[in-house]
Amino acid sequence: MDIRFSGFGGQGIIKCGLITGKALSLFDGKNATLTQSIGPEARGSACSSQLVISSDRVLYPYIVAPEVLVCMSQESYERYEPDLRDGGLLLVDEDLVRNAKPRGKTKMYSIPATRIAEELGNKIVMNLVMLGFFTAITEVVSTGAMKKALPGLVPSRSLELNEEAFDRGYEFGREALAGSEKSEEALV
Amino acid sequence: MNEEVLVEETDEELNPAEDYLRLDRFPHIWCSGCGIGTVVRSFIEALQKSKVDLDKVCVVSGIGCTGRVAGYINLDSFHSTHGRAVPFAVGLKLGNPDLKVVVFSGDGDIFGIGGNHFIHTARRNMDIAVICVNNFNYAMTGGQVAATTPIRANLSTAPYGNFEYPFNLPYLAEASGATYVARWTSLHLRRVTKSMQEALTRRGFSFIEVITPCVTLYARRNRLGDGLNLLRYYYDNSEIEHGADTRTLDIDYQDKITVGKFVDKEKPTFLDCMNNYLSEVIGDEYRPYGVK
Amino acid sequence: MKKTKADPKGVLTGAHYLDGDYAIAEGGLAAGCRFFAGYPITPSTETAERFVERIPYVGGVFIQMEDELASITALIGAAWAGKKAMTVTSGPGFSLMMENLGLACMMEVPLVIANVQRGGPSTGLPTYVGQQDMMQAKWGSHGDYEIIALSPDSPQECFDLTVDAFNLSETYRVPVLLMTDECVGHMYEKVVIPPADEIEVVERKWYDGPKDEYLPYKPDEDLVPFMIKAGDGYRFHTTGLTHDERGYPVINAECQNVCVPHLVEKIRQNADKIIRFEEEETDGADVVVVSYGITSRVAIPAVQKAREVGIKVGTLRLITVWPFPEKRIKELAGKIKAFVVPEINYGQVVYEVERCAYGQAPAIHVPHCGGWVHDPEDIFKAIKGAVK
Repeated sequence: MDIRFSGFGGQGIIKCGLITGKALSLFDGKNATLTQSIGPEARGSACSSQLVISSDRVLYPYIVAPEVLVCMSQESYERYEPDLRDGGLLLVDEDLVRNAKPRGKTKMYSIPATRIAEELGNKIVMNLVMLGFFTAITEVVSTGAMKKALPGLVPSRSLELNEEAFDRGYEFGREALAGSEKSEEALV
Repeated sequence: MNEEVLVEETDEELNPAEDYLRLDRFPHIWCSGCGIGTVVRSFIEALQKSKVDLDKVCVVSGIGCTGRVAGYINLDSFHSTHGRAVPFAVGLKLGNPDLKVVVFSGDGDIFGIGGNHFIHTARRNMDIAVICVNNFNYAMTGGQVAATTPIRANLSTAPYGNFEYPFNLPYLAEASGATYVARWTSLHLRRVTKSMQEALTRRGFSFIEVITPCVTLYARRNRLGDGLNLLRYYYDNSEIEHGADTRTLDIDYQDKITVGKFVDKEKPTFLDCMNNYLSEVIGDEYRPYGVK
Repeated sequence: MKKTKADPKGVLTGAHYLDGDYAIAEGGLAAGCRFFAGYPITPSTETAERFVERIPYVGGVFIQMEDELASITALIGAAWAGKKAMTVTSGPGFSLMMENLGLACMMEVPLVIANVQRGGPSTGLPTYVGQQDMMQAKWGSHGDYEIIALSPDSPQECFDLTVDAFNLSETYRVPVLLMTDECVGHMYEKVVIPPADEIEVVERKWYDGPKDEYLPYKPDEDLVPFMIKAGDGYRFHTTGLTHDERGYPVINAECQNVCVPHLVEKIRQNADKIIRFEEEETDGADVVVVSYGITSRVAIPAVQKAREVGIKVGTLRLITVWPFPEKRIKELAGKIKAFVVPEINYGQVVYEVERCAYGQAPAIHVPHCGGWVHDPEDIFKAIKGAVK
């Protein structure tokens, strides 16, 4: 399973990969290799982190056509969406990515992650909202492992806020899934 | 008969510096009339007078004529690479803060190829002493122009005379952060010894410049005569001015040389700063380093 | 040489999610390194950052020097003061270190340098992978000497091999190079750090005979001379000049003929004890893929695919790159049709394989200019081409 988190520098894109990778490797018994690509600027430039997940040892460390793409900026959507594997999952922050559309057999789920984070009182936890959403939709990692992975990767003084953000995103994801299942049933 | 007695006496009499030198390496490589030997003699006297624990004194040299000092001094002594005596000394000092580390090297070594190391080590007020023997040229390689060569002095890579501005070493040292700065010529033996004594017993970055004759190259190329002539020049032209403004200490060709102790102040050293600061911000969990 | 267990103060026992750079710092701390002098350079800086964050709680020194010339030279000083010392760098800084890498070899000083290789030449690709300094590791400083270089393929091995690097360095009084790369250095994976009492650390052979009989360069039976610490009253001398057993400069061909062979033979004669590699399915193989670092992982999918189409292919992963496993390559060369050597450069270790094959089997290079790892398909094609 190949996953790409993408956005711009300063959004916590690398952190998304780190939390998920740590959760999988240390608490879910998987092998998860994280690589990152960052522009030379510390803030604002396109930024992505990639996870290769396997029950065996990860050999090739990079991803080519990811099964899951998380986009938290317009630029990252335009840059990385064409690489998304057919039948893959596209997760976007609906306020940051305009006109996002599924293509072929890809499925898209969107969430107002930034708005939810703002409701919680700090825009900075939008990446945790997105991670909760990601966890609910993809089911590649357990919520328990994700929660366990947070200490050390988010500031201890804001651990609770981060957990809350994760939960909000997770709930949003469960509802979105239920909704889409309903609409699929309706189609049948 | 008289002659025989004289010889006997010389044989029996121990050179007071003998214990401090690796006599199995003598004769040394320095030319007759060269000033390095007298600076070494002053250093030995400073070691004797300051009563430092000789087992803890390390001498580090780079490459060049003065770079050979480490090879002749009978202490833990390190002959490093060209320009790198200062960072080598930093490693020794930080590796074991109980050591008293002295860099003994030439102007080309410390301020030509090694200038960057010097300014940063002074900036940190690293607790080491740097003794720079300044003979105004690269002597080991045959008398090339240096960063200290006065304008108009003739050297093999400045065959029509030097036209580059030279460093004013005490000014450079002070501006970089040295907390002890002195300059002497090799004529001022007792004063050199005293400065070295002070450097050996104080804490912080000490810098001592000693201007010495290079008879074979600098003096010969510039037709300045022999060692004695150069000492005469120092005698006639050096002026002692303790506490002089280091900005005024440029040396023009065969012109006045202001000597003296210009800077002597206390300031926490690199390790003091590290331990104090980290203790303050980390608290009890901090493990102070090199503190007894 | 004294074998002990790691000092628990420096050992962060447990399972962690770390990148290779961080794992190198943890390996150094576990091995007993208490002195780090370095200069920031991408993609290696995280090692220094980790070390300086941790060392106040462990007890030791980190100093950011003015350049890489100073960094490695300070390590030599610290090593003489009795410390285990390390630094980390990448291509441009590695080039600056070459001068005093020679001094460390000449003075026979143990220290560890990690080179997180990036694409070169010159400033090249600071944030992207390369394996282009492998020959520089062997030959980069002037004059003749032998050195030890290790190549980790994962963050876990960055930890493990940094401990090994210190142990080898202390054992042989020689600088040891950890030749990793940007990909492994910046890659996060699970790293398990064992309890301190399960980590074996080696300390250099300290001399404890009569003080006036100490000779800093008199080889012991294993060719490695005993060491002492500055400040212990031996009044010893050491120099970068050609020297005798006393450490005194002797500038002539006779002394050179003792000094240099000693530096070389100390490693060559102990090569069998130093060299480590991993071999799989080389028995009866027609092709053996020789690789190291990240490339050895990328090669496996190619090897698997080749086996699926019926090609008998084995692998040899170099853990020690220098000294090179000459004997084993020679043996294999007599039994196989070809070596395939993928590496992220335009031909370095492949020439060593070719040399050691003594004409018995060709060494087919799979080059890569750097900036990315190989496409396994390219390695597969080379394997297929080798059995045609």
